[in-house]
This record gives sequence, C-alpha cells and structure tokens, in this order.
Amino acid sequence: MTSVLKLMGMKSMNSKAAKTPLIPYLFWILLFVIAPIALILYYSLLDLNGNFTLANYAKFFTPIYLKMTFSSFWYAFLITLFTLIFAYPTAYLLTKTKHKKLWLMLIIIPSWINLLLKTYAFIGIFGLYGPINALIEVFGFNPKQILFTDFSFVFVAVYIFIPFMIIPIFNSLDKMNPSLVFAARDLGASAWTTFRRVVFPLTIDGVKAGIQVTFIPALSLFMITRLIAGNQVITLGTAIEQQFLVSQNWGMGSTIAVFLIVFMALTMLVTKQNSKGGRA
Amino acid sequence: MRDLLQATVAIVIVCGLLFVAAGQMQSKGSTGSKDTLTVFNWGEFIDTDLIKKFEQETGINVIYETFDSNEAMLTKVQQGGSAYDIAVPSEYTVESMREDNLLIPLDHTLIPNLKNINDDFLNLPFDPNNEFSIPYFWGTVGIVYNPNLIEDHLTFETWDDLWDESLKRKVFLVDGSREVIGMGLNTIGESLNVKDDKVLRQATDKLMTLSPNVKAIIGDEITPLMINNEAAVALTWAGQAADMMAENEELNYAVPEEGSNLFFDNMVIPKTSKNIEGAHKFINFMLDQENAAQNADYVGYSTPNEAAWDIMDPEVIADERFYPSHELREKLEVYENLGLTWLGKYNEYFLEFKMNLN
Repeated sequence: MTSVLKLMGMKSMNSKAAKTPLIPYLFWILLFVIAPIALILYYSLLDLNGNFTLANYAKFFTPIYLKMTFSSFWYAFLITLFTLIFAYPTAYLLTKTKHKKLWLMLIIIPSWINLLLKTYAFIGIFGLYGPINALIEVFGFNPKQILFTDFSFVFVAVYIFIPFMIIPIFNSLDKMNPSLVFAARDLGASAWTTFRRVVFPLTIDGVKAGIQVTFIPALSLFMITRLIAGNQVITLGTAIEQQFLVSQNWGMGSTIAVFLIVFMALTMLVTKQNSKGGRA
Repeated sequence: MRDLLQATVAIVIVCGLLFVAAGQMQSKGSTGSKDTLTVFNWGEFIDTDLIKKFEQETGINVIYETFDSNEAMLTKVQQGGSAYDIAVPSEYTVESMREDNLLIPLDHTLIPNLKNINDDFLNLPFDPNNEFSIPYFWGTVGIVYNPNLIEDHLTFETWDDLWDESLKRKVFLVDGSREVIGMGLNTIGESLNVKDDKVLRQATDKLMTLSPNVKAIIGDEITPLMINNEAAVALTWAGQAADMMAENEELNYAVPEEGSNLFFDNMVIPKTSKNIEGAHKFINFMLDQENAAQNADYVGYSTPNEAAWDIMDPEVIADERFYPSHELREKLEVYENLGLTWLGKYNEYFLEFKMNLN
C-alpha cells in the first residue's frame, strides 16, 4: 500500500511545474481512486458489529484463505502463461500479414461481445452433449467431463484475455524497426538468437503491459469460477463476492480486497516499464 | 488556463445535471407513486401475464425487478436507493427484516383474499398473526435425479444415497451455504439451525467425504443442465425440480426421510415503499383464487392458497413430492434467522468445503 502512495507522490512531484491544469483530474482521482481505497481500508478494520478490530487480517492468515490466495496466484499464473504463449506468436504473425489492421480488428471484435454471453456459450460447447464431446465420440472415445474442471476454467479465461495480450505486443512489434532484425542476421545471429537477443528485448514493454492486463484481472476472476468451473476453482474474487453478498461481512470482504490491491500493486512494480528499453 | 477553466466548468455542469436528475428521480418516486408499484421478486417467480392483468385492473404501472438471494435483496432494501413496494423474502429473512424494522405492518382489512390461504400456512413462528408477511409459495429442499442415469437401488429416501460410489462426479449442488451445510447437518441428525461449532465442524467433515461425487456447485444454471442430462443428480429446491421435470420427463424428485428444509417465500411491504395502498392491492390480487392457481401453474412451486387447490389439476395437488402431507411436513425444519455471526460461520464452513472439492 505504502509503495503505491509513494508512487503517486512521486508522480505528482514530478509534474509540479504543470500542476494547475491537473486540478480537475486530482479531484477526480481523489473521488474515484483515493476515497474508495480509503473506504476499503476503513471497512477492513471493522467487525460485524462495526467495532474496530484486526481480526479480519488475522483470519486472512488462516489456512483456508492462504490456500485460496495460493490457488488464485497459481491459476492467474497459468492463465497469463498460456495467454502469452498464444498471443506472442499471433501478434508476430499479424505484423507479417498484408492487411494487418483488418486481422487485428477481427481478433478484437469478439471482445466486444458480452462476457456472460460468451461464458454461457462455453457451457454448451463443453457440455457432455456439446460439439467437443460429439467430436470425441466420432473418434470412438467415451464423452469426457470437460465442463466444471480446472482445464475448462483456464481455457475460457485464456480465450477471454488473448485479445488484451495481443494488442500491446502487436503494437510494440509493429513499432520495431525491421532493419534491426536484418542487421542481426547479417552479423551471423541465428533466427533463435535474433529473437532472444533483439526482438524479444525490444518488445518486452508490450509483453509487460500484456501481463498486467491479464494477470491482475485473472487474480480476481469470479463469475466464471462458478459458471465454468462449478466452484471447483475458488479465487479471492469468489470469496469477496460471497463475503459482501451472502455473509454481509463487509469487513472480511474489504480485507481480502486490501490484499488484492497489495498483490496488484506488487504486480505493477514487477512489470514496471523499463524506460531505457533493452534487456531487463 | 482556458483549458483548465473549461474543464472545471464542464465538471461543475455535469455534477449539477446529475444533482438535478437525482432530485427528479426522488420526486418522481414520491409524487408519481400513486400510479407505479415496484415489485422485487425472485427470478422466474411470477407469471408475467398476471402483472399485465394487474396493471389493466388497477391502472397501476408495475416496475418489476428480480434478485437471486435473500441476502442480495436485503442489502438493496437496507441501502434504500430504490422505492420497493413489494419484496418476497424467505421466512428467516422476514424474521431479520422484522427485527431491523424494515417492514411495514399489513392492514388485513385491505387483503380480504387472505381467507384463501390454508390455515397450516398462517400464523407461523417467524411472523405471528401474519402481521408483516403473507405466504406466497412454499417448498422443500430435496434431490432431483434421473433414474435412467444411475443404479436402480438409489432412490434417495436417505441422504446417504448421495455418497454412493457409483455417483462419482455426477452430483450438482446448489450454491447456498444453508442448503449444503444443512444437508451435512441432516445426515448427522442435527438441526438445520444449529449454533455449535463442534457440530458444524462434524457436518463439514462429513460433507468433505462427498467431494469425489460433486460435479459442480452452481446456481440457477442447474435447471437447464439437468434438463439436458448433464448430471444425474442435483440437490435443489422443489420448485426448481418441478421446472426441470416439466421439461424432462425422466427426472424424479425425492425428499430424504431423515428430514430436510421446509421454506416459505412471503410477500412483504418494505419500509422503502412509497405506494402502500397499491402494495396491498397487489398482495390481494395475487391471493385471488384464479390468479394464485394460474401463478402456481406457471411457477411450479407449491402454493399455500387452498382456494386455488380446488381449481388446479388434482394430480398436482395429490403429488406428495410437491404437496407433502401435514404429517410429512412435521419432519421438515424451517430455517431460523441465524444472525450475522452464525450466518458468517456457515459461509466459512461452506467456503472450506468448496476449497477442498478439487
């Protein structure tokens, strides 16, 4: 938490020279960023009867919540990894196509469709009598349980996040000067070495941006944990929803939210854009 | 500097407009209330033709909103942002709303159709003399299953059948802490309203052994999935089971003999109401013999409206699975309001059970 505040402090100090035009934005940030975070912090210190307590924080360090935190991180990591594995080559191939803007558009359009709608579609696709299992049966195997497994959860999450990962990577690949690649090859670097020592380091900022927009929301996914994973996967997001809506324990819900904010801030720090560029 | 001025002015104007709009909405809620009635009900819990009929008969414009859990409904009523005139909480929520003074007492002289309700469903412990609530539908928690997809000896006369080894990954559970923990409590012969950590621990441990059989814990999606034979067995409410059975004739429903939950969903007038007279009209309208029969026929839950029974399909009323006899009902237990502390504990145990599914 303090690190975030420090970051914010640094930012406002840097821009001291051009401070006055920022006043409306500062109000905005105060109202919609600082105030909600302060409220969450405040609520996290309250018990069910509205008395101040640290019990919520103590509860977070019990095995249930630690295990949940670990599994949230594990699944967010898997989702980010697979998203990156699919998105990077796709973005790379996109920059090689003739009508790249058109192809990019085609990849982005599905992300305009409502998330819930797409999720429901997957319930049908993965179901015991859905098209995937129909295909499996054509090859003579018994239908498999695909829906309500951690596989289906990761698959659907990866599908949802891919466009958000492709865009920043595509942008940084597209900006890269192609003559650098030619130069590297001319000087005797193999294709793999060229990628590892030239292309990838030059696009690392795009990758970092992509990881941010994938990993952070993936940490708190909750709707598809129920619809696609049938609660076989529980994330911190699920717990927050339950604390607020079912248990009406705003204190505990806020405490989990505080930890999520901390984890997100850490993620931002780790994936901070390197202004100098080049190898990390 | 000009940009700054423009931006500031723009924000001030937007804020001003929002303020005016908010004021407008507020006043609309209070002055125009004579002709509007906001009904806050469970999803799929009314025949919408009846709303149209009510609008035609009374000239009152109905705004219809839905919720999917008592707790979500309660939160919205507490915050008081919307002027709900009718809400339909379950019995334990009626109890807690009464305690928190969130309900307006009913004027029984404005609800002559109250006489249509069967005496068994009136004057229940959660609301003596029906001072604040009128029963709307009732039902049980039980097991819906497809006999063609499971072994013959499983009839779910006992909860233990759920633990049968042949049901590996074949069982859906409804995503509700009281229902699932309650099932654990039923299997070890305890009350559904127990407030004892040791007993809850025991029930949760018993539930954990069910994990290999659990396919998923989900909400209303159970209905379409069971209709499509996606799973063989589901723990759910009687009314939801009736919906499924209407679409898939292979399905059957059973309430295990060790006991289960008996619930009542009730019409109440929350404190947020701006049209108390209209709300009474609505309650009386829903209690009308024909309307209640039509509604029960559409929704599929059991109606407490005795007059309606006379004109409904006799086969439905005679079906002990959905209209259990007075004796059978004695074995079932009604949820009491646990209070936030214990409700929280039930949810913690439920969360622990979910965490150990995989």
